[in-house]
Amino acid sequence: MSTIVSSSRLSRRDFLAGFSAGSLVLMAKVTSGEDVEVAKANKKDVESFAPDLFVSIATDGTVTIIAHRSEMGTGIRTGLPRIVADELEADWDRVVIQQAPGDRRLGSQNTDGSNSIRNFFDRMRTAGATARTMLERAAAKQWKVAPATCRAENHEVKHKTKGSLGFGELVKVAKTLDVPKAAELKFKPPAQWRYIGKAVPVTDLNDIVTGKAVYGIDARMKNQVFAVIARPPVVGGVVRSFDAAKTKKMPGVVDVVEIPKFEGAPLFQPLGGVAVCANSTWAAWQGRDALKIKWDHGPNASYDTATYAKALTATVNKPGKVVLDQGDAPGALADAKNVVKADYSVPHLSHAPMEPTCAVADVKTDADGKVTSCHVVCATQNPQAVQSAVGKSMGMKPADVLVNVTLLGSAFGRKSKPDYCVEAAMLSRTIGRPVHVTWTREDDLSHDYLHTISAVHLEAAIGKDGKPTAWLQRVAYPSIGSTFNPKADAPAGFEVEMGLKDLPYDVPNIRLETGKAKAHVRIGWLRSVAHIQQIFAADSFLDELAHQAKRDPLEFLLEMLGKDRHLDLKARGHANRRLSLKDYPFDIGRLKHVVRRAAALADWKRSKDLPKGRGLGVACARSFEGFMAYVVEVDVAKKGTVRIPKVWGVLDTGIIVSPDRVRAQIEGGAIMAAGQAMFGKLTFSKGRAEQTNFDEYKITTMVDAPQEVFVELVKSDAKPGGAGEVPIPPFAPALCNAIFAATGKRIRDLPIAGHDLSWS
Amino acid sequence: MSSIKVNGRVHQLKDVSPNTPLLWVLRDTLGLTGTKYGCGVNECGACTVHVAGEAVQSCTTTLDDVGKSEVTTIEGLSEDGTHPVQKAWQKHNVPQCGYCQVGQMMMAAAMLKENNNPTDTVVATKMWNICRCGTYPRIRAAIKTAAEEIRNK
Repeated sequence: MSTIVSSSRLSRRDFLAGFSAGSLVLMAKVTSGEDVEVAKANKKDVESFAPDLFVSIATDGTVTIIAHRSEMGTGIRTGLPRIVADELEADWDRVVIQQAPGDRRLGSQNTDGSNSIRNFFDRMRTAGATARTMLERAAAKQWKVAPATCRAENHEVKHKTKGSLGFGELVKVAKTLDVPKAAELKFKPPAQWRYIGKAVPVTDLNDIVTGKAVYGIDARMKNQVFAVIARPPVVGGVVRSFDAAKTKKMPGVVDVVEIPKFEGAPLFQPLGGVAVCANSTWAAWQGRDALKIKWDHGPNASYDTATYAKALTATVNKPGKVVLDQGDAPGALADAKNVVKADYSVPHLSHAPMEPTCAVADVKTDADGKVTSCHVVCATQNPQAVQSAVGKSMGMKPADVLVNVTLLGSAFGRKSKPDYCVEAAMLSRTIGRPVHVTWTREDDLSHDYLHTISAVHLEAAIGKDGKPTAWLQRVAYPSIGSTFNPKADAPAGFEVEMGLKDLPYDVPNIRLETGKAKAHVRIGWLRSVAHIQQIFAADSFLDELAHQAKRDPLEFLLEMLGKDRHLDLKARGHANRRLSLKDYPFDIGRLKHVVRRAAALADWKRSKDLPKGRGLGVACARSFEGFMAYVVEVDVAKKGTVRIPKVWGVLDTGIIVSPDRVRAQIEGGAIMAAGQAMFGKLTFSKGRAEQTNFDEYKITTMVDAPQEVFVELVKSDAKPGGAGEVPIPPFAPALCNAIFAATGKRIRDLPIAGHDLSWS
Repeated sequence: MSSIKVNGRVHQLKDVSPNTPLLWVLRDTLGLTGTKYGCGVNECGACTVHVAGEAVQSCTTTLDDVGKSEVTTIEGLSEDGTHPVQKAWQKHNVPQCGYCQVGQMMMAAAMLKENNNPTDTVVATKMWNICRCGTYPRIRAAIKTAAEEIRNK
C-alpha cells in the first residue's frame, strides 16, 4: 500500500522554469486523445514572426493565434482569436488556433465572471494591430515607400503601384523591425470589421460532431492508470481505517492509495479519501466500491437542509447587518398603513457539468522522492489556479507546473476549482505513473462546490398610488467566502453587489441587510452566482406589488425603473466589479429598452385576454454588465403541470463579437434557468447529499424545456459586456410571474416542482 | 478471451470481464473516446451507441449483452462526418460544449432510420438525452433538416 508523502518534504525545483518562463509553451491542437504533444512552438519554428504573445506568422503565411481562455461551450476559443484575425486582416481560413497552457504572461486565464471578451477585447485588437502594422512597415521597407501608403487586406499588404505581398512573404523583414508602441497603433473602424459581429462556426465544430474532440475525460498519457476515489461522504470527514483486501484482488486493480485529509478552507484542496488505480475507469470504480472504509464524519454530519432552510428564514425575519440605507425605510415602514411582506428561498443547486471533473497528471520524482516535474492535462476553467494548487501540493513554483487545457464538457463555475487536478498529481507522485482521475456522477453531485442555500425577506410600504415608498430586503446564505476563509459566516461584499445593492427600482427609502449563515458544505460560484436568489426575490416581489396595486406588471415595472438615468453605484458603495462607471454604467434607459423590446416581441398587450392557465411574465436584470429582459409564456394544465411554449429574451451587452454564440448563450441560459427553477434542488441529510444522480437531481430534457426561445440582440457600440451569465438571473422570476398570471399562485420557494399548481 | 465487432472491425479482448459496461470497453480498452460518460445509470444518454442498429445506452449495456451484435459508435457513424445528422448539426451550429452531442446524434440517427418524418412530439419523446448547455431548440431544428435530407435521398 502506498501513502502520499507530505509536501513539506519536497523542495522547490526549477526544472520546468525555462519551459514556462523562457518561451511560450504550446500544446498542438489536441485531437487524438493520446500522447498529448507538448511543443515549444516559438523554438520549433525559428523562422516565424511572433510580434506578440498571442500571434505568430509563419513563412508560408499560416497565422497562429493563441486561445488562452477555456472553451466550455461559449465559443470563446473562436471568439477571441477572431478579434486578433480581424485587426490583423488575416484570412480566417489560414488561421490556426492553439490552446495556451497555464501561463501568467498571457493575463488572467480564469474563464469565469463572463469576463473574456470584456477584459481581452482591447488586448486582442492590440495583438492584431501590432502584427498588421509591422507587416505594413515591412512591405513599405521592401518597396521603399512610405508605410502610410501600404495597407493590409485579407492576408496581403497592398500598394497602389507596387502591387501586393502575402503575409508569409513579409515575415523575414517584419522580424527585423521594432515592435511599435501602443500609441503608434491605428485600429480599424468598426465599419471595416470583417469578423467581429459576424456569425461563424466554432473552430471545434467538426471535431465535436465526429467524436474527435478531446475533453478532460479523454486526455491520455502513455502508461497511465485510471483512478476513482472514495471521498468522505460528509465534507470534513476523515478515513479512520480501511480494508482494501478485496479490492486488491480484483482484476485490473493496480494500487490503492490513501489521500491526505481535507484541511478545510482556504482554497481547493482535495477532500481526502481512498483512491483505487486500475487499468480502466470501470475496474477502478468497481475496486472503489469494494473498499471497506470506516469514516469519522466530523462536525458537518448534522447538516440537514430542511432544518437549515427554516433557520435561514428565521434569520431574515430579524434585523441584520445594514449594507445600504437610503432615506428612512424603517420609518416609512413603521408609518405605513399598507405593508406587504414576503419570504423567498432557493435551495442548493449543483453545477452538474455534463462532463464530470477529470484530470490526468504525470509527476516525476528523483530518488529522494522530490518532485522534478509535473504535467497536468485537464478540463479546467483556470489553468493558473491549477498551477497554484498543484504547485503548492507538489512543493513547486506555480510557473513550473505545466498545465494543458482540453475542451470542457461544460463547467458553469465548477471547473475553476482544481481539487480534482491536485488529486491526480498526488496519486501520480505516489505511484510513479501518470494517473487519470474521473469523478463519477455520484461523486460530482455528492461533493460539488455548491450554489448556496438562501432565504430572502422583503417588505414594502405602499403609497396611495400603489407604488412602494420603502423597500426592505434582507438576505442570508452561506458565502462563497467560506471556501477561502473558514470564518466567513455572512454574505460577502461581492455577493451583495449581485442583484442587491444594485436594486434598480426607483424607491425613495431603501434598506438592505444581510444575516449570518455558516457553511456546512463547500460553497462555490454557479453561473450568475448570487443573482440567482437575489434577483429571483426582488423581481418576483415587484410583480407581487404590481398585482396588489391592480396594475399591469409590465407598466408597473417600467414605472418602477423610473427615469432614464445612471444608477449611482458609487454613492451606494457598489464597486461595479471594479469597472469604470463611465465605460460600464448601470444605465436604466438600456434596461428599460430591453424590457420594452421583449414585451413588444411577445405582444404583451394580449396578456390581459389570455385564458386561465395561460400567462405571460416579465422580469429584467443587469448583471455582468449586460442588460437582459425576458417575457415568458406558460401553459399550466388544470392538474398543475407547467409547460413553457415560448420565451422572448432581449440582451444589450454592448459590442458583440460572436452573435450566434451569444444567441446560443441565451437559448441555453433560458433552458438551464428554467430547469433550475422547475426542478433544481440538492438537499442534505446527516451531512450527505440526498440526490446523487440525474434520476434524483433532475435536469430539463427536450420535453419539459422551453419549446421556443426567441432572441434579440440590441445593436450597440458600447463597450462589450458579459454574455454567459447574463441570461440566467431574470428568467426564474419571469417564469414564476407568468405562473402567477396563469394561476394566481405565487411561487416563493424554489423549485416549482412540489408546489400544487392545479386549478379549476 | 472474448471479441467484439465495432464499426466493422473485430477486436479481441483480453482480461475484460463479460459484465463490463460497453462504454468502458469502448473508451478505455479500445480507445474510442467519442462515446461519453455522463451518469452511468441510463439517465442522460451521453453514452448512446448503436447495437445491431438500435440506439442503446452503453453505460448499462454489458459486453455480454452485446454478444455477437455489431456496435456502431460516432467514429463509425460515417467515414468523414457526412451522415445527414452530422451535417445538420454543423449547419445549425448545435453544439455549445459539445460533450453530450455525440449521444444526441446517435440517438437522432437511430430515430430517423425508423421514422424519417417525426413530429415535434415524437422528437421530444424519443430524444430524452440531457444537454446541460440547453441546445434543445437547435437539436430539434437540426433533426428536421437531417430528416429532410434523408427523405430526399
